[in-house]
Amino acid sequence: MTKNIKSISNPKLKLEILTPEEVKRIHNATLWIIEKVGVRFPSKRALDIWEANGATIDREKMIVRAKPELIEEALKKCLPAYVLAARDPQQDCALDGNHVFLGTDGCGVEVIDIETKQKRTSCLQDVADIARVADGTEEVGFHWVPVSAQDMPAQTRGLYEVKAIWENSTKHVQTESIYSVHEAKAAIEMAALIAGGKDKLRERPVLSLMQCTAPPLGHDGGSLDAALLAAEVGIPTGFMTMAACLTTGPATMACNLVVGNAEVIAGTALLQLAYPGAPVFYAAAQTASDLRTGAYTGGGPEDFLFGAATNVLSDFYNIPLSMGSFATGAKEPNWQAGIEGSLSTFMASVVMSDMLLGCGFLHGSRIWSYAEMMMDCEIFSIIHKMMQGIVVNDETLALDTIATVGPGGHFLAQKHTRNHMRGLFLPQFMDRRPYGEWENKKDDARDWALAKARKTLKEHQPEPLDPKISTEMEKIIKSVEK
Amino acid sequence: MHPLDAITKGFVVGVNYIGDQFGRGEAFLPELVMAGEAMKAAVATLEPELLKLGSAREIMGRVVLATVEGDIHEIGKTLVGTMLSASGFDVYDIGVDAPAEKIIGKALEVNADIIGMSALLTTTMVRQREVIEELDKEGLRPRIRVMVGGAPITREWYEKIKADGYSEDAIGAVKIAKQLLGKE
Repeated sequence: MTKNIKSISNPKLKLEILTPEEVKRIHNATLWIIEKVGVRFPSKRALDIWEANGATIDREKMIVRAKPELIEEALKKCLPAYVLAARDPQQDCALDGNHVFLGTDGCGVEVIDIETKQKRTSCLQDVADIARVADGTEEVGFHWVPVSAQDMPAQTRGLYEVKAIWENSTKHVQTESIYSVHEAKAAIEMAALIAGGKDKLRERPVLSLMQCTAPPLGHDGGSLDAALLAAEVGIPTGFMTMAACLTTGPATMACNLVVGNAEVIAGTALLQLAYPGAPVFYAAAQTASDLRTGAYTGGGPEDFLFGAATNVLSDFYNIPLSMGSFATGAKEPNWQAGIEGSLSTFMASVVMSDMLLGCGFLHGSRIWSYAEMMMDCEIFSIIHKMMQGIVVNDETLALDTIATVGPGGHFLAQKHTRNHMRGLFLPQFMDRRPYGEWENKKDDARDWALAKARKTLKEHQPEPLDPKISTEMEKIIKSVEK
Repeated sequence: MHPLDAITKGFVVGVNYIGDQFGRGEAFLPELVMAGEAMKAAVATLEPELLKLGSAREIMGRVVLATVEGDIHEIGKTLVGTMLSASGFDVYDIGVDAPAEKIIGKALEVNADIIGMSALLTTTMVRQREVIEELDKEGLRPRIRVMVGGAPITREWYEKIKADGYSEDAIGAVKIAKQLLGKE
């Protein structure tokens, strides 16, 4: 059975990364961009909605320019808090500003095979296996479709992926791989089977959609239409910007935040104009492109700062945030992966980003590694512990115990120690062994993490999905393929 | 000044200088792109003058570039185009969401040596294979070589679809294009 989900809540640590005045400047700059420069919405439906609400439309270039009041009024209609429902209600994720949940990252194209350790193209079975392992961890709170099921037909691939996760886990499913009308319609029908009807989805959204923007200052037409369909039935939807300094964004970080913010809040405003009160979230994974190649880096100090700054923006708009973290350019689980995973996740967590995306990837979210996934989970657990801070009260000061032990002596045999020792962090994958023991074995975190993933895949039995629902889902997918 | 001299003794020298600096790690990608854009602007003005004089600049080869059908991601493809034209290739960038017949049609129209295709999604990268299959069906390879790129494109994929060249970034793409035409 699946354990309870570990989430960060009631934090004791704080960080002020942007002052209220700076946030206001970023907001005003964003509104200026949306009004004067405009944002591209290549969807007839989206353009019609904007036009009906009084925005200025350039049909030919598909660019929307909207007055600040229109954007601000629309954003006020966003739901500030709601629940990402899981197949098992005990696994629900409350997006209420007081919880940080970890998800699996997505959507990669290769997998380091759990048995052979060889890198290969990802397939549907990988989606199922990763879901099962993630279901078995307490750190992973929800799923993102982790890798692309490249052995399935391109036009229904996204549907096979969510089905595979529902069949292997009771946790919430979020996908970035449904970005067409036909797939969105089918996905809504599939989610309705679990929720108990299309009208129940608003209350029990067992699926959420993340749509990538097309920076700078653009959206993808299929994504917009899919997002509108989801918003209509109350499926939580977020627009994610990955504006990257140098290439798809300006070189300065403040301006990169503005460009990404314009994409996200314009998209979010569109959904609110169409369906006021639809559950939405802010999503971001900004980065800086590599100075030498222009490549997506995924990692580095800019990512860490964006990770903390973006939550200040989503708090300003009072909507939940899904923040990119754990991104790394490392090619194997190593020093770089550890630094990038830890610092990005710490910065995104210390400001209480609602969702972290996510664990498991190498090489800029392209290559899935089970060992990396498990070690990322441990990083999340370390930060979970850190966020509890240091509690100061009579019990934790323990003056009686100190007096009993006195100068010299030790605390090992004290009742106070026994009562509180389990509050200390016990790592799964950190090497604290004697040197000689390491010298004999020469193994490390990567071996132990992989072993744990193998054991979980073999032994963990999630509550199965009703086979009738599976059959119905299969029928829905087949009807799309016709 | 003869327009050919303006190109070969002026702009080419400048672009090569930045290229050398880049190779030594002293200049960065934005400087390379700026040099490339300057070169492109110069050629656009000077080439018609050259033609009027019955002369032509030496080009490395003709390349048709596109992002495949169903895909709107263009920055990688655009960057490859800039780098190729800065290196002396004649580049025809036909933009995003380009169906196979449009790509192949353009290649035939301009007598292209190379087709370069970009895709960012696993659902659209299959279009790269369709274009290659179409070219093979028409017997247009190896007359036209095919280069593929994009974030989800791996060496395995490039081998599977039997493309002629593949690179993970724009700098590498120039090298591959030169190799394919036996210019390096």
